[in-house]
Amino acid sequence: MYCKNAGRLLHGLRCPGGAGSANLCSWAVRQQTRGAQDLQITPGTRCQNQSVRFASHSTLDPGEMKKFQSLASQWWDLQGAFAALHSMNDLRVPFVRDNLLNVHGRRQWGGPLAGLRILDVGCGGGVLTEPLGRMGADVLGVDPVGDSVRTAELHASIDPALRQRVAYRSCTAEELSEGEAPGAFDAVVASEVVEHLADLDTFANCCCHLLKLIPTENPVVVPLCEMAPICLTQIVPRPSAQPGGSLFITTINKTNLSYVLGIVAAERVLRIVPRGTHDWDKFVSPVELERLLEATGFYVETVRGMLYNPLSGAWSWTQSTAINYALHAVKRKEDPQPHRASVEDQAEAMSQAGHA
Amino acid sequence: MYALVKAKSAVSCIGLHGARLLRWNFSSCADAENDVYDVVISGGGMVGTAMACSLGMDPNLEGKKILLLEAGHKKEMDQVPEAYSTRVSSISPGSSNLLSGLGAWDHILNLRCKPYQKMQVWDACSDALITFDKENLHDEMAYIVENDVIVAALTKQLQTLTDQVEVKYKTKVVKYIWPMSHQAAESIPWVQVTLANGQTLQTKLLIGADGPNSMVRQEAGIPTVKWNYEQSAVVAVLYLSEPTENNVAWQRFLPTGPIAMLPLSDTQSSLVWSTSHRHAEELLNLDEESFVDSINSAFWCNENHSELVETAGSLFRTALSVLMPSGTSTRQLPPSVAGIGPKSRVMFPLGLGHAAEYIRHRVALVGDAAHRVHPLAGQGANLGFGDVACLTKILSQAAFNGKDLGAMQHLLEYETERQRHNLPMMAAIDLMKRLYSTNSAPMVLLRTFGLQATNALPPLKEQIIAYASK
Repeated sequence: MYCKNAGRLLHGLRCPGGAGSANLCSWAVRQQTRGAQDLQITPGTRCQNQSVRFASHSTLDPGEMKKFQSLASQWWDLQGAFAALHSMNDLRVPFVRDNLLNVHGRRQWGGPLAGLRILDVGCGGGVLTEPLGRMGADVLGVDPVGDSVRTAELHASIDPALRQRVAYRSCTAEELSEGEAPGAFDAVVASEVVEHLADLDTFANCCCHLLKLIPTENPVVVPLCEMAPICLTQIVPRPSAQPGGSLFITTINKTNLSYVLGIVAAERVLRIVPRGTHDWDKFVSPVELERLLEATGFYVETVRGMLYNPLSGAWSWTQSTAINYALHAVKRKEDPQPHRASVEDQAEAMSQAGHA
Repeated sequence: MYALVKAKSAVSCIGLHGARLLRWNFSSCADAENDVYDVVISGGGMVGTAMACSLGMDPNLEGKKILLLEAGHKKEMDQVPEAYSTRVSSISPGSSNLLSGLGAWDHILNLRCKPYQKMQVWDACSDALITFDKENLHDEMAYIVENDVIVAALTKQLQTLTDQVEVKYKTKVVKYIWPMSHQAAESIPWVQVTLANGQTLQTKLLIGADGPNSMVRQEAGIPTVKWNYEQSAVVAVLYLSEPTENNVAWQRFLPTGPIAMLPLSDTQSSLVWSTSHRHAEELLNLDEESFVDSINSAFWCNENHSELVETAGSLFRTALSVLMPSGTSTRQLPPSVAGIGPKSRVMFPLGLGHAAEYIRHRVALVGDAAHRVHPLAGQGANLGFGDVACLTKILSQAAFNGKDLGAMQHLLEYETERQRHNLPMMAAIDLMKRLYSTNSAPMVLLRTFGLQATNALPPLKEQIIAYASK
């Protein structure tokens, strides 16, 4: 999971953020080395189907680069480094599908997500992008790591059914939001991404910008049981919430437990994850994320805990959101002022901190 | 989440290099790309055709490219031929449910089938017997259906699915090329199927439904546990001496093997006589009259009874009837046979085979390709239809979850679920076969007690029926 974003650690991609955060670099720039110092790199050119833009080669360790290039080719080894990411699909694919079906209603048999346009931010090798495409959605996967994107493109190109459904670009969400018209997507998926971001506000604003408001007045809400042989999620439809584009996030909570398991155990004791992969300070709690998203113009529909069993290699849903969790938010009808919202949010947070 | 990046620094950069190669490969064989199927089913027998119908009718698999390959010609049947076929199957309620779900059961009812309400199994060496019936006599226990009728009904149904399922008859496969288990970038990741006409197809999932000598299984190198029973089955269509209700399936265990008489109609039954190869040859060469005589005496004769076993068995039965007055059944005798259908006598060797694995990467085996059983329990076709139902359910869910249909993860679920059902069934059938292949007194006594005790315990019988009805 962490690897998915690991490539991002190599590239600091600064981009003009939202109105209130002009100089913030929204994509975290973490170096794999223990020093974990942030790099600030000038933004890349408009993203095309181009390979990685190593904005400043001098700041990159060639050894590190090589490591990630080789990792890129491992994306589709189901038993390899990304096994946990593949098995996570068992939760997150139904999570995305069922929530989208709940918002949009059943479209067609054989392609439950047909007609929807989805952006997969931090797509890596396309592990989540492909299942979304197979369900009939038109998916654009973006990732700043060119090698991963090339792996993803190649893998999808072999399958004629996917070739028409899935496209990739080597860029960030911010770069994409500059180029795309507002409301280009029905859904944005950011799975295992936000824990690596330096500026969540800007990211949320980009997502909000990219998501469409659904014009239909009366969305069809189909009970899940009628559509799926297995109901994985139980969703209470909220007719009061205006159905807009959906934002799906899976990430890691900011708790003592996530520190112990995610950093002490995984990085230092078991060394499953290279040391320095994660910065606990960047983890975000569901409450925090919810507040931030609501301030940005989203309505948070669902938050569910996820649990990984390292022995079986399987994920399961759990009551507790203490370690990993998945979140579904829907864009509200009126676009609040992102600047004001985030300032208010910060002020609120500060005042709370003051009380504490 | 925290068990992630196993940063294997030892990995080389093959990926990128291979990527380029692959891209070149693919641009150079662009026409072949149109022939990537989602599922190819090899073998259009009862199980393969049912598989094709079942996948073609599943709503979650709508829009998938499905192909059925059959070496033989298309088997259509508007009207049943007057003479019964000797190859029949016992169709359990579970299988008839599957077939009616596929829309084929109505066709079968319109063509020809015979329900039976009761089954009597008894021993040639003692008076021990067991009867199976449904509590409610209106419920059918199972149906005897000719294999040709099943295939024809499924074929008819498959014709309504031409948008979903492509069928190639008279098509032989000459070669399969298997993909690597995970993507080695320089190879084609699908199963490649080369046909006798030189055409090559690619598929994400190959389903082997090509019978006990499955080419798919052999080419994939899947090891098989198998042994021959040193037995052959002699099958024939029997004419009864007088019309009866004929709603009982009869089976008697002779020391040489079980002989079964399965109802086809009021006046005809189907014979399945498992016996030694030599005896089978003899039976085949007998003139019709002697053949009929030997069938009748096989069902009626008591020459194998020993006094000791008889006494012990009747004592035990008396004891049981005191303990459980309702538990005993009276032995009925099967109708006598008057003649056989012209040229209906055929023999074929029997054996047991079980594939150690039902699946490989992008390959799944169903039906006799995965498991072959002795016909004594009439379960061969039912196990195959059970495979079809299970694999359809799992592939449907996989498609709904946006998975690659040929991925190991859900195929493993199929294997686990089916082996859990098939193995105990196969073991039980094999044990029965072995237990009844002897006429030594201790074994006869053991099975006499066992059969009588089982017969006296309705809950146990119900369990057996329920398991066999799935």
